[in-house]
Amino acid sequence: MDELMVDGNAVAGLLQQVFAIEMTTALGRCNECGAIEAMGATRVFRGAGIVMRCPRCDNALVTMVTDDERLWVGFPGVGTLEVRL
Amino acid sequence: MAGTAVLGRLKWEVADVVEIVPETPRVKRIVFEVPGWAGHRAGQHVDIRLTAEDGYRAERSYSIASAPDGTRIEIAVERLDDGEVSPYLTDELRPGDQIELRGPVGGYFVWEPTEGGPLLLVAGGSGIAPLMAMIRLRAAARSDVETRLLCSSRSWAEIVYRRELDQLSGDGLTVAHTLTRTQPRGWTGYTRRVDREMLAEVAQAPDESPLVYVCGPTPFVEAVATALVDLGHEARLIKTERFGATGA
Amino acid sequence: MSLISRGFRGRRADGDPARVPPGQYLTPDFPVLSAGPTPHTPLERWDFSIVGEIDEPRRWTWEEFQALPSEEVTVDIHCVTKWSKLDTVWRGVSVDTLLNEVETSAEYVVEFADGGYTTNLPLEDVTGGKACVAFEYDGGPLEPEHGGPARMLVPHLYFWKSAKWVRGLRLLATDEPGFWEVNGYHNYGDPWREQRYWGD
Repeated sequence: MDELMVDGNAVAGLLQQVFAIEMTTALGRCNECGAIEAMGATRVFRGAGIVMRCPRCDNALVTMVTDDERLWVGFPGVGTLEVRL
Repeated sequence: MAGTAVLGRLKWEVADVVEIVPETPRVKRIVFEVPGWAGHRAGQHVDIRLTAEDGYRAERSYSIASAPDGTRIEIAVERLDDGEVSPYLTDELRPGDQIELRGPVGGYFVWEPTEGGPLLLVAGGSGIAPLMAMIRLRAAARSDVETRLLCSSRSWAEIVYRRELDQLSGDGLTVAHTLTRTQPRGWTGYTRRVDREMLAEVAQAPDESPLVYVCGPTPFVEAVATALVDLGHEARLIKTERFGATGA
Repeated sequence: MSLISRGFRGRRADGDPARVPPGQYLTPDFPVLSAGPTPHTPLERWDFSIVGEIDEPRRWTWEEFQALPSEEVTVDIHCVTKWSKLDTVWRGVSVDTLLNEVETSAEYVVEFADGGYTTNLPLEDVTGGKACVAFEYDGGPLEPEHGGPARMLVPHLYFWKSAKWVRGLRLLATDEPGFWEVNGYHNYGDPWREQRYWGD
C-alpha cells in the first residue's frame, strides 16, 4: 500500500473547478470490473498528473492534468457518471 | 442539505491571516479571515497555494477544523521537518500576511447533525482536524448524536485540541486516547497503535451501524479501515481521509 | 500573476541555470511520483520483451538481462511537474544493445510497464545512445518506488517518457499515444521547447 495514495476527496478542488458542482459524491462505473463508486472514494495517485483509480480493481478511472489556466480531464476507465442536481 | 447544490466554479481567493496559535510542540492553529466566505460543511478542506518571487508554486490541502463561523476558518498545521509548505506556515507566516486559498472543497467526507448517527471518529495525529469540525458543529447544534472519538497521538503533549476535547466530552461524546510513544506517569489508557482489539472495545457494535470517519496518515487510515471491516462494520459506512506522504 | 507569499522560497537546490530547462526548478530530493500502485514483480517472473513490428520477438529473463553489457551514465532529468535533478547516476542496458541485430521497419515505439502504463516515442528517440533500461540508481539497485527492478531512462525528454517498471518495447509502424499523451500531456515532450501539454 502506497503512502502516496490519498482519497478522491483530496482532489475535490480541481474537480469542482471543472464541473462547478460537487464531484466527489458523483458515482462512476468502472469499465473494467463494473464497480460503482463515489469519486471521493477512489484511490488517488500523483504521477505526472493525477490518477483516480477504482478502489476495487485499481483501473484508472479519471485522470487530471493541469497548468494554471487549463485542466485536462480524462475518463480512461469510466463510461458514465451519476451526478446529483 | 445532504447531497449537493450547484456550487459554482471555485477560484483562488486571497485570505488574511488573523491568528497563529501553538497547539502542541509541532502543531499550530492558523485562523484565516476569508472575504465572502459563504460557510462550509464539517469535514471539508481548503487548498492553499504559495508562490515564491520567481513564480515557483506549491499547493497543499488542509482540513478545516472549525465549525462554520462567519468568514473565519481555522486549520491545524503539523510542522514536518522535511516539509516544504508546513515549515513555512508554522515558522514564517504571520498575522497580517495574505495567502491564496480555494474552497471549501469536498462533499464526500462530511457530516452534519441531520445525518444522525451514531458516530465513530478515528483520528491519527493531526488527522483530528476535520473530525474537530464535526465535533464542534455537533456541539454548536446541540446535537445529541452518540459520538465516540478514538484519538491516536505520540504523547500527551501532542494531542491536538486536547483541552477542548476534554471540555466537550460528555453530552453523548466520549473520547478515548491512545498514546503510542510516551505516556505520562499514572496513565491508564491505551499505549499502542490502534488495532482491531482496541476498536472492538471502543467502537459501537457493527449492528448499530455507526457512521465512521477516519482521518490521518495513509497507513493509519488503511489499518483502521481494514480492522473495522474485519470487525463487521459495513465498508460503505466508513469514510476515509488519507493524508498522503506529500502532505508536507 | 498571483499573490506572492512573503518569505516563501520552497525547497530548491542550487545549480547551473544553463542546465535547467525553461519553467523548471532544481530539487535537492528525488520526488516519487506515480500513476498507480507500486508493482512488485518477483525477479523470477520478470522479463523484458521486444515485440511488434519485428522479425522475431526478443525476450530476456532477469539473469539474461543482467548478463548483457551495461553502462553507467550520468544525466540530468526533468519532470513535467517542474522539478529537475542534475547529475543523476544510473546503470543500464542501452536500447541499442537490445535492438542489436533486430530487423524492423518500425518508426515508433511504445514502452509498456507493469500496472498498464504506456508511453510512446519515435524509435529514433530511444536509439543512438539516447535511452537505456536502467536497473541501478546512484550505485545501488533501483528501488521499487523509483521504478525498480528496471525502468526506462530517456533523459532528453520529460521524465514521464521514461516508464517505471518497464517490461518491454513494442515497435510500431504508426505512432500510438500512451497513457499521459492521451490524457493531456504533449505527444513528444521536449523540455527545452517546454512541450508539456497538448498543443504546446
